[in-house]
Amino acid sequence: MADETPILDARDLEKTYTMGTQAVHALRGVSLTVQRGEFVAVMGTSGSGKSTLMNILGCLDRPTKGSYHLVGREVSRLDRDELADIRNQVLGFVFQSFNLLARTSALENVELPMIYAGVGGRERRRRATRALEQVGLGDRLDHTPNQLSGGQMQRVAIARAIVTEPKLILADEPTGNLDSKTSLEIIALFQDLRATGITIVLVTHEPDIAGFTDRVILMRDGKVQYDRPQTPVDARAAADAYAEVPA
Amino acid sequence: MNIFATFRIAVLALLRNKMRSFLTVLGIIIGVGAVIAMVAIGEGAKAEVQSAFDKMGTNMLVVRSGSSQQGGVRGGAGSQPTITWDDVDAIASEAPGVARVAPSIRQSVQLLGDGQNWTTSAEGTVPDYFTIRAWTLKSGAFFSEADVSGKTKVIVLGATVADSLFGPGADPVGAVVRVNNVPFEVVGLLARKGQSAMGQDADDVALMPISTFAAKIQGGLKKYMQGTVYVGANSPADTKLAQSSIDELLRRRHGIREGQDSDVTVNNLAEAASARAEGTETMTRLLAGIALVSLLVGGIGIMNIMLVSVTERTREIGLRMAIGAKPSDIRIQFVIEAVTLSTIGGAFGVALGVGAAEYLRSSLGWATVVQPEIVAISLGFSAVVGVGFGLYPAHKASGLDPITALRFE
Ligand SMILES: Nc1ncnc2c1ncn2[C@@H]1O[C@H](COP(=O)(O)OP(=O)(O)O)[C@@H](O)[C@H]1O
Ligand SMILES: [Mg+2]
Repeated sequence: MADETPILDARDLEKTYTMGTQAVHALRGVSLTVQRGEFVAVMGTSGSGKSTLMNILGCLDRPTKGSYHLVGREVSRLDRDELADIRNQVLGFVFQSFNLLARTSALENVELPMIYAGVGGRERRRRATRALEQVGLGDRLDHTPNQLSGGQMQRVAIARAIVTEPKLILADEPTGNLDSKTSLEIIALFQDLRATGITIVLVTHEPDIAGFTDRVILMRDGKVQYDRPQTPVDARAAADAYAEVPA
Repeated sequence: MNIFATFRIAVLALLRNKMRSFLTVLGIIIGVGAVIAMVAIGEGAKAEVQSAFDKMGTNMLVVRSGSSQQGGVRGGAGSQPTITWDDVDAIASEAPGVARVAPSIRQSVQLLGDGQNWTTSAEGTVPDYFTIRAWTLKSGAFFSEADVSGKTKVIVLGATVADSLFGPGADPVGAVVRVNNVPFEVVGLLARKGQSAMGQDADDVALMPISTFAAKIQGGLKKYMQGTVYVGANSPADTKLAQSSIDELLRRRHGIREGQDSDVTVNNLAEAASARAEGTETMTRLLAGIALVSLLVGGIGIMNIMLVSVTERTREIGLRMAIGAKPSDIRIQFVIEAVTLSTIGGAFGVALGVGAAEYLRSSLGWATVVQPEIVAISLGFSAVVGVGFGLYPAHKASGLDPITALRFE
C-alpha cells in the first residue's frame, strides 16, 4: 500500500459539554495523527476524555472546535447519511458492553452492518460465517448472546466490526468487562488483525493491555500528556503462558 | 438497503417480543373483526328487509277504500267501501304509470280435501295478481283469463294450505278441494315464500277467479269493490308516478277537491321498503362507526407500543447507527414494524370478523352478509393505521443522535 496520507488526522480538538450553567471541558485541544496499520493504545484515568475522543474519531459525535480528517475527508462537512456510510464502510466499532442484539444469533448479529451496506442475503451469510471463523467462533453461528460467554460475545462483536473490511477499528475498553485470560485472547485477536494491515485504536486503562500495542497515548484532563511508540509484547505467547499457570 | 432486508429486520424485532407483539396486534384484530362483523350484521339486516319486500312484489301499489282521516275520526283504510268496479277499470285504463291491476276480494272459508280441513281466507282475483305479487309456481298453472270469464271452479293453493290438506310435500294439482262445500279443482301449487314482510305466513293462501268467488262464495258482485286493488307500476321508477296518478284519478272520479282528504288510500310498498332499508343502512353506518373507533383505539395501541419500543431500544438504535444505519433506515424499520403489526392484525381480524359473521348466521340464524369490499377496506384501513401511528415513533427514533442513543441507560 503506497497510500501515505494518515488514516486519521485530528487537530486541536475541543469538546465542551454544557450541563445547565456549568461547562465541562472534556477535550481541551487534542491533536493526533495515526498512520495506516498502526495499533494505538489510548490510556488515562477515568474522566480524562478517552471516550469523548473515541466518539469523535468514530464520527458518532462532533467536536466543539478543531478539524478532523478521516481517510483524507473533512468530517465536519459530511451530512448524517454520509457519516452513516463512513461508519459503515471505513470504521468498525468494538464496545466495552459488546452491544449485541439480544435474542439474535451470532450470525445475524454479524450480518447486520452488511444489511445497511446493501449486501445480498447469501453473500452476507458467507462473509459473516467467515468473520466468525476468523475470531474462532465457527461452531457458534446459531448461538444467541445469552448462550455465549463474555469473551465469546466480544469475539462476535469483533467479527461484526471486521466483516465489512474496515480500514480502522475503534475499540473503547474492549476488555473492560473480561477477566485477564480472556482479555489476553481478545488482544491476541487484535494483534492478528493488525498483522493483516488494519489500523486499530484501543482505549484501555490497564497498562499490561497497552503493552501489546505499537504506540501509547496517555490522556489527562482532556489533553494528550505523552504519545510514544513502543515494541509490542506478543499477546499470543502471553496468553499461552497464562494458560500454563495453575489456577 | 433493500425493502426485503428491512422487512426481515422488522419481523425479527417483532419476534423478539412475541407476547407484546401479540397483545399489540390484538387491538387491531378486535377492531377489524368488529368492523367486519358489524357491517355484516347491518348488511344482512338490509338484505333481509329487501328480500322480504321483493317477495311481496316489486313496483307494487296497494289501493284500499277509506282514508286515514274522516271528519276528525280515524276510520282506517277499508272500513267503508268507496271503490267501485268502474274505478278499478279506470285505474287500469286511465292512470299513467300503471302496468296492471288486480282487484282482490277475500273471505274466510272452510276448505276440505283428502279428509283434512283447514280454515283460511280465500281470495278471488285475476291472473295479473300473480305477476304483481311476484308469485311463482311449484307445480301446475295459474288460472287464466278464460277461467275468469267462464267462472271456472279452479283454485290455486299456497304451500301451507296444500300441506294442511294433503300432507307435507304432497302435490295437490288435479285433486278436488271443497270450499264451503263447493268442489274446486286444484290447478296450481305456489312456490313457498316463507314469512311476509309483516311477519305473517305468506303461504296461507287459496286463490280463485274473482268471478267464481263472487258467484259461489260471496253470492254476487256488489256495486262497491269490498277488498283491495293491487296495482303493478311499469317499473320501480314509475311507482311514484302511478301512486299520484291513481290518487288524482280517484279524487276526480269521487269529486274530492284539492286539500280535502281522499276517501281512498294508495300505499307505495317500494317506498316503505326503501325507508326500511334506509333505516338498516343507518344502523349499519352506526355499527361500523363504533367498530371504526375500536380500530382507531387499536392504532393508538400500536403507537403506544412503538413509542415504548423506541425508548426501550434506544441503545439498539444507537448501535444500528454506529454500524452504518442511516436515519431513513431506522425510520423505515419502525414504520415497517408498525405496518407489519397492523396488517397481521388486520388479517387475523378479517378471519375473526368473517368467523363471527358465519357463527351468527349458522348458529343463531342471523342474516349476516360479508362483502368483499368491506374486507378490503378494513385491511387497507388497518395498514393505514399502522403507517399513521407508526410514523411518529419512527420519526422520533430516526432523529436520535448516535452517541446519545448509544449511551442511553
Ligand atoms: N454527555 C456528556 N455530558 C456531560 N458531560 C460529559 C458527557 N460525556 C462525558 N462527559 C464528561 O466529560 C469528561 C470526559 O469523559 P469521558 O470522555 O467519558 O472520559 P473517559 O472515557 O476517559 O473516562 C468527564 O468529566 C465526563 O463527566
Ligand atoms: Mg470511557
